[in-house]
This record gives sequence, C-alpha cells and structure tokens, in this order.
Amino acid sequence: MKYFIGLALGLVTGIVVGALFFLYNPLTASRPLAPLAVTDNDKIILSFSAVADDAIVHTNDGESRVAPKPARVLQLWEPAIRNTDVSVTMLADVRGAPVGLGIKYSSPSVRTSLFNGEAIVDSFWHVYLPERGSFVIGQSENHFDFLRQIIVPAHWSSGKSWRGKWHGNLTAGPGPLGTAEVAGGSGEFAGLDTEAVESMSARAYSATSGPVAIDGQLAIDLPRPAAADLADDR
Amino acid sequence: MFKTFIFGLILGIAGVAGVIYALPVVDQHRETSIISVKPNGGNVERFHISVPMDRIVAGVADSAAPVPPGLEWPTAEMFDGMNAEIFKIRNERDAVIGVASRLAATGQRGALIEWVLHLPARGSAYVTMNSEPSPEGYRAGSLRYGSREFTTLTGTMTERWVAAADDDLDTQQGRIELEVAFVSVEEPVEEAVE
Repeated sequence: MKYFIGLALGLVTGIVVGALFFLYNPLTASRPLAPLAVTDNDKIILSFSAVADDAIVHTNDGESRVAPKPARVLQLWEPAIRNTDVSVTMLADVRGAPVGLGIKYSSPSVRTSLFNGEAIVDSFWHVYLPERGSFVIGQSENHFDFLRQIIVPAHWSSGKSWRGKWHGNLTAGPGPLGTAEVAGGSGEFAGLDTEAVESMSARAYSATSGPVAIDGQLAIDLPRPAAADLADDR
Repeated sequence: MFKTFIFGLILGIAGVAGVIYALPVVDQHRETSIISVKPNGGNVERFHISVPMDRIVAGVADSAAPVPPGLEWPTAEMFDGMNAEIFKIRNERDAVIGVASRLAATGQRGALIEWVLHLPARGSAYVTMNSEPSPEGYRAGSLRYGSREFTTLTGTMTERWVAAADDDLDTQQGRIELEVAFVSVEEPVEEAVE
C-alpha cells in the first residue's frame, strides 16, 4: 500500500512540476526588444484598443469568452471559420487622433507547439488610412507569453482577473527577424513592401470576459527610399 | 517508498512532456479545395458570397438599416466615400471556407477597390481591383500579396455581381462570384551543372 501511495504522490508531484516547468520554462522566454527598434528608419505608429467592446465590430463563434459586438452580428460557427475572430477597429496615431480603420482576422495555427513555447495565431490586417492609402500586414503571432503571464494568472486568481502592467511583442514572423510582412495597395503605400511589429500593453484581463484594458500598437517600418517618396508625395 | 516516489515523479514529468508534445492543440478544419487547371497555366478556384445571407458587416456611414443591427459606423468626415464590407465566402459546394473583406473608397488619391480573402486553414490573399469594370460586367484585379499557402503565388481575380432570379428574391438579393487564377512563381530547382 505504501508503494502505491508513494507512486501516486510522485505522479501527482511530477505532473505539477512538469506543467509548471513547461509554463515557466526560461528557455522559451520572450524577446524583450522589438526588431524594428534597432533600425533608424522612419515608422508609422498606429494604436488601437484590443478590447472587443471598444471595437466597431467583433465577431467569433459566439461561444468564446469574448462576446461578439454588436450582439446581433453574424457569428462564425461554420467548421472552417469556427476558430477565427474578425475585428473592425479604429486606428489612431501617436497623439490618439483617429487616422483610419483596420480589419483584423485571427486564426489559431496548427503550428502551435506548447512544448516549444509557441501559441501561434495567424493574423492578417487590412488597413485603410483615408488620407494616405491602404495596405495589409500578414503575420504569425506568438501568444505564449501573454498566455503564461496574464491568462493563466487570471484563471488562478480568486477574482478570476489579472491586473498589472505587461508589454510584449506579439509578432513572431514570417520575417527572418520575427517581423510581419507589409504590402501596400493604394495611395502613398502603393508598391510598398516592408516590415511591421504588433505589440500589446495590458493592464487588466478577466478570465471570464477576456481583455478589459489592453492597447495594441502597430509599428510599420518605412525603408529610407520609401520614407523619402512618402514625404515627396505629401 | 522514496524510490517509488521518485519513479512516480519522473513518470509524471515524462507524461506531461509526452502529452504536451504529442497532443495537437489546434484542429483547423479544412474543406477540400476545388481546383481546375487553366489551359494557359494556373489553378482556378471559384468562390461565392450569397447576399445578404453571408454579409457580416456593411460599413457605410449613416445607413438607415445597418448590418449588423446596432452597428455604430464612424461618421468622421474622412470616412465619407468609404464602404467596407465583410462576408463569409463559400466554395463551389456551398460550404463556408473563410471570410473576406471588400474595401471601396473614393478620395483625393482616386478610387480603390480591394479584397482580402482569409481562409484560416490556407492563408490570406490581398487582391487590388481595377476601379473600372470590364464591358462584360465583371471587375478584374491582381494578387498583390499572399500569406502562407498564397506566399509564392501570383495571378488574377475577378468579381461579378449576379442578381437573384425572381423566384429567389424573397430570400436573397444575389451573389458575388469570385474567380481566382493563381500560379506559383517559385523558381524551378535548377539541375546542378558540373
């Protein structure tokens, strides 16, 4: 009997230790520096609220913790799009003035591997800045840091929420330096091919209703010739 | 007993590692692609959108009947002349395979019409359209950028509005038909020359 109890205790301890190790594995630590921060190119900075309730439209399968907005928006319940979120949000410049509109598609990726510290979400931004033009951003996001530093603590807390200050880069590819790809479509962005990084600043998260106070930011790198062209264009 | 505990501990850690490594976290459903080959090269796929059934958002300022109901579309002056729509898109078997946005705007920099097709299991495609429709009644455009499965592709897309037959007017207004013809631009692997 004592061997059985020893084995059971060992198993339970092993499962807990194993789970904690994979959750807080130092080898899967985040990159503190955004790849674009080390370039001296000009950048377009677009900020937005990552809270679904602040969006113009947010829809998903209707069963996730984040409620669709408006309530009667068509939900994405069909098998091929059941895991997809679509959000239409206002984009603002660094001073907080609205400058355009962004449509973001996010779908969890089959490349997700918690073993390697990768909670991958494939996302695609369709951005329109009325006075400037349009472009798209294609990227893979890694939400593992967000998962282990915000979502898990929120679930573990007695109030089922997390409060604090967290800032991190979500973009993890497909660019070689972990940057997103940007393709310009019209206006001053026509023909532009460059890189971008999406980051997030979180202050509050609820385990029951999702993001409560989270701001997102898109930093789009303008290579020097492109920046000069855009300046001439203006 | 201590040795048994250590054995259980190692077994537990190995079990967690095995489960995390082997268990697929994401199960992305993919409909079988229906592709035909174009005589002059490229793969053709046809998608359609039933209107209004598949329309998720019809973003236009001051709409009397907003879609979805309760939509508060921005009314700032800079969004005048802009129309953003989001749809579910279907394949030829009428199965929903993704979502798409169509952006149309007029302004100082001319007119723009563009599509983003987001097929979760395959990738996303960004297509910029000609502002003027063809005499045949469709509008053509070209693939500007693609992610994942569409990364190495180039090609064209056409959009065409087909009004519903009189019998169907109770249930739908019509459908948008999209036909994409994409071809790979990857360099062929050159044979090693000694």
